[in-house]
Amino acid sequence: MSEFAVELRNVVKRFITPEGHEMVAVDHVNLQIRHGEFFSLLGPSGCGKTTSLRMIAGFELPSEGEVLIDGQPQGKKPPYMRPVNTVFQNYALFQHMTVFENVAFGLEMEKVPKEEIRRRVGEALEMVKLSGMERRRPRQLSGGQQQRVALARALVKRPKVLLLDEPLGALDLKLRKEMQLELKALQKEVGITFIFVTHDQEEALTMSDRIAVMNQGKVLQIGSPMEIYERPNNRFVADFIGETNFVEGEVRSMEGEWAQIYIPAWGRELSGRAGPGLQVGQKAWLSIRPEKIRLLDEPRVNESIQGRILDVSYVGADTRLFLEVSGVRLKVWEQNRLSSLEATHFYRAGDAVYLALFRENVLILRRE
Amino acid sequence: MNPYQRSWFVRLATILVYFFLYAPIVILILFAFNASRTNITFQGFIPYGERLVMEGSLVRASPCGPFHWFCELAKNREVTHAARNTLSIAFTSTLISTIIGTMAALALQRYEFRLKTFSQISLYIPIVIPEIVMGIGILVLFTQLFSLLNSLLGLSGDARLGLGLGTVTASHIAFSIPFVTLVVQARLHGFDKSYEEAAMDLGANEWVTFWRVTFPMILPGVLSGALLAFTLSLDDFVITFFTTGPGATTLPIYVYGLLRRIITPQVNALSALWVSVVFLAVLAIQRLENRQV
Ligand SMILES: Nc1ncnc2c1ncn2[C@@H]1O[C@H](COP(=O)(O)OP(=O)(O)OP(=O)(O)O)[C@@H](O)[C@H]1O
Ligand SMILES: [Mg+2]
Repeated sequence: MSEFAVELRNVVKRFITPEGHEMVAVDHVNLQIRHGEFFSLLGPSGCGKTTSLRMIAGFELPSEGEVLIDGQPQGKKPPYMRPVNTVFQNYALFQHMTVFENVAFGLEMEKVPKEEIRRRVGEALEMVKLSGMERRRPRQLSGGQQQRVALARALVKRPKVLLLDEPLGALDLKLRKEMQLELKALQKEVGITFIFVTHDQEEALTMSDRIAVMNQGKVLQIGSPMEIYERPNNRFVADFIGETNFVEGEVRSMEGEWAQIYIPAWGRELSGRAGPGLQVGQKAWLSIRPEKIRLLDEPRVNESIQGRILDVSYVGADTRLFLEVSGVRLKVWEQNRLSSLEATHFYRAGDAVYLALFRENVLILRRE
Repeated sequence: MNPYQRSWFVRLATILVYFFLYAPIVILILFAFNASRTNITFQGFIPYGERLVMEGSLVRASPCGPFHWFCELAKNREVTHAARNTLSIAFTSTLISTIIGTMAALALQRYEFRLKTFSQISLYIPIVIPEIVMGIGILVLFTQLFSLLNSLLGLSGDARLGLGLGTVTASHIAFSIPFVTLVVQARLHGFDKSYEEAAMDLGANEWVTFWRVTFPMILPGVLSGALLAFTLSLDDFVITFFTTGPGATTLPIYVYGLLRRIITPQVNALSALWVSVVFLAVLAIQRLENRQV
């Protein structure tokens, strides 16, 4: 067994668009996906997630670079020679076959004996909780059930890697949340490497062991959900995952993992964690998550900054405050820890507040 | 309820359309049972009788009863021969044009190639140009080709290549292909390639994928294309007229020949059978088209 389940080495995919232009859908991507990992490709629409997945499955061949599965270079191998299986976004269930026939199809192709096919299909359907539906046609199933058939059809082949292209995209929110948990539990149970494509950041955060954030064909950062959220490498990642406040500034000094940034709008220096590639004298972003800004009623901490509340919106668990701080707009999420109907316990538009930006919560990111 | 359904105008138009379309067919079939040989007015049905009894141009009794003219038809060697020709041409041309037409539809759907637009447009041309132009064109092609081949190969007498069943079948294949292709293309429209990708992903090679997934999915389209080709071949007159030769008379050609003499109820009987066959074929096409993928 090689070190990685799937490896992409400097993979490039170019397409000629129908208008005759050349476009780079995947741009020098390097990925190393470990055995048994739940790995997500996350990024906005059109960033090349599906194309990357299709190159692993063998539906597209890379223009440059190499795809390795379990250490084996795949070259021009067709999909039916690769030890991976795919769950398609539209499920692609064969409408002219029953549920049983759909799940059995892949085993028939391997010439598995009839008895064993029956047993394994039964097990697979049981695993996805569809026992008893063997003789239905895909059309006679709900969206969630069809999704499970697609899953069973791929898993019954016992692939080394399962590729899932937005498999939950067509489900409604509630079912989607349920399936997220089920899918994650199933992955732990079977121990197969999952490569999961999604553009839903919350989905990626809840399900993945590691996430690769993509934009415009490039992989911008790879890390655990926590690393991606707490230590984004650059402004795009910080902005795409969750919400972030950005304030323009200039790096004044650096010491170890800390940096000092001068914010012209506020006329003062603040301290924060230095992002990668930061240099003294460079323009930079001060970045801080809305829930990591502390609000104080009076200037207690010596670093606190005065601001004014522009707008307040109550969203149940949080109160979302929109502030103006010397010409800079900031979002602050305050948890509603007290159960109260008293207006005095809440912030009101027009109130003056003091903000504390603790350096542990501040990230200083390069400005490209 | 749709307000148009209640409008008297829509009702009237519907009735008129049905009347003009189907009244001739109903009358045609009715006259197949006519007791009068001259078949100008309807003289009543023919009663059963031991032997055939004629009185002038009127049939008074027949062992076949009202189906007298159908029996006559069955005894008519020329008719049965023409029917056999018609069916063999229809079956052969349907089979071959369905295969070629389906392959063309698949190629046009999945490959990008130079002249693709041209190929697509060239499919419509045989459908829209007058049949008589096609017929003359094919005739000229065959006669030129055959005279060239005959002199090149030094063929003479009976060995000479000439018009006949082969040329009729070839021309029927040619004009059926565009129809089959268009019908199959309509079926393929919106055919998601992910079904084929799923099959390959599950371990099926291109060949198995085609027969286990693609073909069953497009089969209704292929069958309705085939039925269309079959009915087109069955009742083609113009092109057959130009490309037929000795011994290759088809039913439409034969009927046309009869018309120049007198129209006996035999022609009506033949037409009635024919209408029934085509009607069944159209019903079958309808059912196939309505079937979901
Ligand atoms: N066959 C193709 N021909 C031309 N361009 C293509 C082709 N397939 C994909 N592209 C382009 O490549 C880019 C990446 O597409 P891809 O499908 O990988 O995006 P994605 O990240 O999966 O987006 P989404 O979230 O919308 O599914 C897009 O700009 C798309 O238009
Ligand atoms: Mg996609």
